[in-house]
Amino acid sequence: MRIFFTGVGGQGTLLATRLVGEAALEEGLPVVVSEIHGMAQRGGVVESAVAVGNLSSPTIADGEADILLAFEPLEALRALPKCHGRTVVVANTVPIVPFTVAVGQSTYPSMELIRSSLEAKVARVIWVDAVQTARKSGSERGANMVMVGVLAGTGKIPVSGKSWRKAMERVLPGKVLEANWKAFQSGFDLGAPGSE
Amino acid sequence: MDELLVPASNRKHLLLGNEAVVRGAMEGNVRFVAAYPGTPSSEIIDRFSRLAEEAGVYVEYSVNEKVSMETACAAALSGVRSLCSMKHVGLNVAADAFMTLAYVGVRAGMVMVVADDPSLHSSQNEQDNRAYAKMAGVPMLEPSTPEEAREMTLSGLDLSEAYRIPCMLRTTTRVNHSRGPVRLGELPREKPTASFTKDPFNLVVVPMVGRKLRLALMEKEKMLREEAEKSPFNFVTGQGENGIITSGVSWLYVQDALRDLGLEGKVKVLKLGFTHPMPRKLVGNFLRGVGKVLVVEELEPFLEEAVKGIAQEEEIPVKIVGKGEQWIPRAFELDSVKVKRAVARCFQVPYDPPTIFSAPELPARPPTLCPGCPHRATYFSVRKVFGDEAVYPTDIGCYTLGVLPPLRMADFLVCMGSSVSTAGGFSRVLDRPVVAFIGDSTFFHGGIPGLINAVSHDHRFLLVILDNGTTAMTGHQPHPGVEWTRRGRIEPAVRIEDVVRGCGVKKVALVNPLQMKKTQEVLEDLRRQMKDPGVSVLIAKSPCPLFERRMTGKKQKIVFKVQGDCDRCKRCLRELGCPAFVWEASAAGEECIRINEALCNGCAFCAQMCPSIKPEKIEG
Repeated sequence: MRIFFTGVGGQGTLLATRLVGEAALEEGLPVVVSEIHGMAQRGGVVESAVAVGNLSSPTIADGEADILLAFEPLEALRALPKCHGRTVVVANTVPIVPFTVAVGQSTYPSMELIRSSLEAKVARVIWVDAVQTARKSGSERGANMVMVGVLAGTGKIPVSGKSWRKAMERVLPGKVLEANWKAFQSGFDLGAPGSE
Repeated sequence: MDELLVPASNRKHLLLGNEAVVRGAMEGNVRFVAAYPGTPSSEIIDRFSRLAEEAGVYVEYSVNEKVSMETACAAALSGVRSLCSMKHVGLNVAADAFMTLAYVGVRAGMVMVVADDPSLHSSQNEQDNRAYAKMAGVPMLEPSTPEEAREMTLSGLDLSEAYRIPCMLRTTTRVNHSRGPVRLGELPREKPTASFTKDPFNLVVVPMVGRKLRLALMEKEKMLREEAEKSPFNFVTGQGENGIITSGVSWLYVQDALRDLGLEGKVKVLKLGFTHPMPRKLVGNFLRGVGKVLVVEELEPFLEEAVKGIAQEEEIPVKIVGKGEQWIPRAFELDSVKVKRAVARCFQVPYDPPTIFSAPELPARPPTLCPGCPHRATYFSVRKVFGDEAVYPTDIGCYTLGVLPPLRMADFLVCMGSSVSTAGGFSRVLDRPVVAFIGDSTFFHGGIPGLINAVSHDHRFLLVILDNGTTAMTGHQPHPGVEWTRRGRIEPAVRIEDVVRGCGVKKVALVNPLQMKKTQEVLEDLRRQMKDPGVSVLIAKSPCPLFERRMTGKKQKIVFKVQGDCDRCKRCLRELGCPAFVWEASAAGEECIRINEALCNGCAFCAQMCPSIKPEKIEG
């Protein structure tokens, strides 16, 4: 199971990636996580990956992502080459306008184009307003946990609820734990099969 | 307790490759660490810095990589195990020390972590530093995973101590920045005592000593080759007529390729972790047992050339392939698909590469200077005064992002410190003004010799030192001029202005670049003075806003808004390029400029260039 994460610097994708990795480890599954730090984080695209199961490569080549977890709709479409026909995509619907669009150098693609381009190619796309969902569960800051919650809810990764909880205790200890757990759970319900 | 200091246990921890290096070093009783940060190595020194006090380890952010290597080797020479770490191009800076330290050697173990960056994720080139190990004659270990990074750091220390020679741990981005399960070994408790015995005829490299040490180094290399022959980091898996030789992260791609192609266990794989000196017997025996060999490695044909040499010398009739357009590419990172393609072709098994979906052309999302970044303000004012005519050599840091439109304030860059020295060269041959940019940390790292050179040769240019009070690009590490720490404001150890004056610069000015009018007046004045020969320096001093907020906890009080009288001249978009600005349709359907409140940092610079931008208090 190869999971490709994409988002924009500041969205907490690396923390989400780490949480998925810890949960798999907690479950006793072989796991490799890869992150890119540095230059990418000044408002640019941030990509990371988790491989769960009998896999060794830390990165995901084009056409090899089984799951795409996209924290931003434009970045979901940009990552389409990572997908194949059986890929499940979980994508946030809330855009973050890139600088090039903000200053009028280029145009943000319409949501219709983003939706149809993805849905025409992959097996299933779960669209989530992660910001709204997080806000309802307490704080917008939990949007990244909503996204991981949706992924967990799909049941695509064989990780039990207990392991998700233990992983979160490890990654986000202290007073932020419960708020993040709540956000995760509200995402979980959205990802569960038959919830659409 | 720091996660990297917990006692040995059966539970594996999901560690970053860089964290695994730190854990390995702690298990190897390293007590002295020095480094200059650089992606992808920075977390090594950052994690050491966090646990230094608790673990009783001396940790310093050195001024550059050469200094870090020299500082750390003195500790190892005095019987204290040490480590230095750097990004790949950092070894270029440290190379002078590196080459001769191999001769002189150490007493306690010393590991030099060198982090290559294939695909240039955060670098100016993708040099393959394995060549350096061969050139210097030091042993080299190449981990594939975080777990191996821990084991090899520990083992590298023992190897270094046993043969009295520093050991190079060569990583790549995908090892440094991968997380994987890591077993935690025992942490030793005994604290080493440092001592130094005078031994100048082995430690002071005058020619007669160097000659003797040169021969001794060659003897060490022979013994180290024997170590490589029996190293557990070099092993063979699988069987059959076909062979693969690989190392580092490429080994992981090979595993996935063989599994996906149904070749698991059916190809003999020689996985090399101890790659210099090359285990010649091991490789020779491997080559004798197979009919065809594919060498899978990133970047240069380092293993391939060695393997071909061994086959030739030992007269082994085996077909060896490696780098080539149809095989393993030389440029950029490998991935499992690239490796699958080459493996399938080499061993003639069917492979259907995945169909790659293409995305339509999409707006780019390049990294940009943050809202409120003082570098943007400096660039704006310099362009205002010096225009397009001036040549702008630049340097390495966040401010290199000034190369992008709309700022376009970078004309030349090769390496850390090159802004200052190239400005001297440009100004000698061109009849145009030259204005060079360098950051505070980079100035300390590599800018000072160039400045002294410029003063002594009367080069005519303006050097702008972009002083944001921290090493921002790599994650806000300290440097000698730092004023802000978590414990509050301190007197800087070294003032940039003092250094500049100490270098002999007579024309020195200091501004806060967020004050537009004052900055531009000073720049006008400096421009007039450039009629006379000599170097002048402008220190543009204003803290990195991200760093300042983290250090002081200061809350933002105002945001800026575009008022109704905006005439939509778009100068703010065209000339400033602050990411908080948005060009969009208003409620009435008219196009307008808005400032995104969530992004506005309240720096007030835009309000000084446009009367339609006004502050507003943040409620609550």
